[in-house]
Amino acid sequence: MASAAAQVTSSVAVRRNGRVVARLSRASKKFGEVYALRQLSLEVRAGELLAVLGPNGAGKTTAIKLLLGLAPADTGHVAVFGGDPRKPENRMRTGAMLQVGRIPEKLRVREHIDLFSSYYPSPLPLAESLRVAGLEGTENRMFGELSGGQKQRVLFALAVCGDPDLLFLDEPTVGLDVEARRLLWSQIRQLLARGKTVLLTTHYLEEADALADRIVVIQTSLPVASLCSIPGVREVHSDRGVMLIRTTAAERVTRELLRLDPDLQDLEVTRAGLEDAFLALTCDPETENPQMSGARL
Amino acid sequence: MSTACPFAQEFPRRRLGQVIAIFAKEAKYDFLGRLRLPVYSVSTILFPVMSYVLFGLVLNRGQRNEGVGITTYLVASYATFGVMGASLFGFGVGVAMERGLGWLQLKRASHMPPLAYFGAKVLTSMAFSAIIVILLMVLGITFGGVHLGTAQALRLLGTLVTGAICFCAMGLAIGAFAGPNAAPAIVNLLYLPMSFASGLWIPINLLPRFLQKLAPVLPPYHLGQLALSLVGGGRGAVASHWGALVGFTLIFLGIARLGFQRDESVNG
Repeated sequence: MASAAAQVTSSVAVRRNGRVVARLSRASKKFGEVYALRQLSLEVRAGELLAVLGPNGAGKTTAIKLLLGLAPADTGHVAVFGGDPRKPENRMRTGAMLQVGRIPEKLRVREHIDLFSSYYPSPLPLAESLRVAGLEGTENRMFGELSGGQKQRVLFALAVCGDPDLLFLDEPTVGLDVEARRLLWSQIRQLLARGKTVLLTTHYLEEADALADRIVVIQTSLPVASLCSIPGVREVHSDRGVMLIRTTAAERVTRELLRLDPDLQDLEVTRAGLEDAFLALTCDPETENPQMSGARL
Repeated sequence: MSTACPFAQEFPRRRLGQVIAIFAKEAKYDFLGRLRLPVYSVSTILFPVMSYVLFGLVLNRGQRNEGVGITTYLVASYATFGVMGASLFGFGVGVAMERGLGWLQLKRASHMPPLAYFGAKVLTSMAFSAIIVILLMVLGITFGGVHLGTAQALRLLGTLVTGAICFCAMGLAIGAFAGPNAAPAIVNLLYLPMSFASGLWIPINLLPRFLQKLAPVLPPYHLGQLALSLVGGGRGAVASHWGALVGFTLIFLGIARLGFQRDESVNG
């Protein structure tokens, strides 16, 4: 089985020294007969924003559900703060913004925040939650009367109101216009400034680029022979015959690849920059038409 | 490594006071949310009340059934009908929507104690049930010549509000399986025929014989008979009706549990 991830590290603002606060190790999840996630490994370090970038159906939401302990991984390992994400003491330190189809519309903004704040041991004061989410002045409005951007910011407020250390934001800006998206970005940046750790999923390259310290790209994977066992291989990504391998030992892995497959073609070894890696990943091999920066995957 | 169901999880490390505060807030906002939703509050309260006014106070006045004045008889049976509606819609439709559209998942991820969620819904359903029962009693006493002593009225209220638990469990079983769009239709399809066949609209002794034989397999029949037994009517032993309600409740909880387990394996 191939990993569906390739990891790209941008050169700026990497917080390499941070502890790992959340980790997926070769985690797979099947719903029925369909793989929602296949052999994904990723690490989130304290104080960073890790963006998980990928098209719909790639398993971004599933990865978050595993990390939140909402569903168990079939194989592989999930750890949050070094332990089971379902442990109460770990849940108390995490906040989540998920894609919710419908939220009780007949409750006021402050009532929603009041209820979610009560779940946590030391929540932010209401005024602070409203400020952090940019919701001042809307606290007495019914949820159903809000605009799309305001509704997303209420969900954001529910994620931050417990003052958690680690936040999972699942496509926080999906469906928002540019202005509303940028407003939410600035709120997410404020969280980082307060020392929080964020894992964010998105299918906008621009969003990942604007916010992230590191980016993990995942795509729907196809089953291929396992390359993960070669020493030095960190991640393997395969798409329609093109395979991308991330490694810290390129020479050794190259030798091993040639030994495994003497007919290997089109081998390229590159030091990946963000742009390079992204184009390689999103390039459609049939049309040779790379998607441009900011394009929707 | 699997979470069996949301009933059986967590809450260590919270002080009792904190847990009570969460329960109270959860119940308060569940109640407010339903009260402000006319589709729920108006229909579950008005439906039994208007039926009582029409069939008890306007038509059929002065008639008796099985030795009980019709205005009194119908307080007991429409109250049962109302309790059933408040609980079935609150749970069946409420849980189906919140489960199906991701809200319940977000709450679980946010460290909500699952028992607070379900407990709040039971309390809210009981509160709406109590409102309906009290309204019907007040109408009956004021306009229908119904005689209820204080103790008798309190026992009727207590019985019906306790009986609501069985229909909460039934609603939960529906909500654990039904999709958000199908749930209201499913609840209606069960609610109305079941009420009729349990003798809540037309007294059971006036129903066709085969329906009279069918009635004991329906939960509302048993609660209806318990309510009637407190106003001088009813058939069968009180203990057996309670036993049946407890049995149905356990079956529904078992079904609901299966639904939540299935949920985890199908879509997390």
